[in-house]
Amino acid sequence: MANNTTHTTEYRVLAKVLLVLMFLTFLTISITSFHLGAFTVTAALLIAGLKGFLVLSNFMHLKYESLLLRILVGMVFVLFAVIVLITFIDYAYR
Amino acid sequence: MSEKVIHVEEHRDDEASKLGMWLFIFTELLLFGGLFLVYSIFRAEYPTAFHQSSLELSVTIGAINTIVLLFSSMTIAMALTAIQKNDPKRALVFIGITLFCAVAFLVNKYFEWGHKIEHGLYPGSTLMPFLDRGHLLYFSLYFFMTGLHALHIIIGMTLLIVCYFKVKSKNINSKDYVLLENGALYWHLVDLIWIFLFPLMYLIT
Repeated sequence: MANNTTHTTEYRVLAKVLLVLMFLTFLTISITSFHLGAFTVTAALLIAGLKGFLVLSNFMHLKYESLLLRILVGMVFVLFAVIVLITFIDYAYR
Repeated sequence: MSEKVIHVEEHRDDEASKLGMWLFIFTELLLFGGLFLVYSIFRAEYPTAFHQSSLELSVTIGAINTIVLLFSSMTIAMALTAIQKNDPKRALVFIGITLFCAVAFLVNKYFEWGHKIEHGLYPGSTLMPFLDRGHLLYFSLYFFMTGLHALHIIIGMTLLIVCYFKVKSKNINSKDYVLLENGALYWHLVDLIWIFLFPLMYLIT
């Protein structure tokens, strides 16, 4: 049976991930307090993306999941990026 | 006498359960993704109004809620670790902490929304139609997106309460814990959405 083959993430590892996430939250708040326009937006979104990646790979155990699932999750974000791109192109040239 | 051995095959497929949960999570991601897209377009169209409106939000409350959610995301992941290690008592404590964090988040949200509503800022209020288009869009999106997120918190809590009692009754155990795994996945999704909501609504001004 294929059941119970899941990887067990140790408490230590989870606590470390939380510390990194907290640090990144602190970092976003301090960066965005500078008001540097486009740079601030890019930095905030990049940090949010990194936080999201950490949550997906560690808390949601994607690191240890099958390749199929990892590809599927990746495709959802690619799909979303394509939708955003097409909408903004449409918006910019109408 | 010959002995008959009846082998009962258990009808269970944890991989498929998890895949099903992930497919559901995909639809949730695209639901919120669509809202983020609407937000970005209108932000590009009304940059000053969005800037002024976002200053109305308290970064402190938003930051506290971010930390509460990140922490609860870790504790629910730890609950899964505990159940995998066959330690249901510890798992119950971790689920309890997660539920406590969820309530703390909602209480925070209650005060935050309450403050806005006191100032007449809520969908359908008498003040809202007098706001210019940019402000109106910002606050409508703010209430809709954080409201939909809060609804997800409540659904997640319900799911985790079910898990709590199933761990207690040993229906979720070290050999069969896919329900807790899926419940935890849902809770991480709620956290994941907030990770993007917080900078977009509160920080980028």
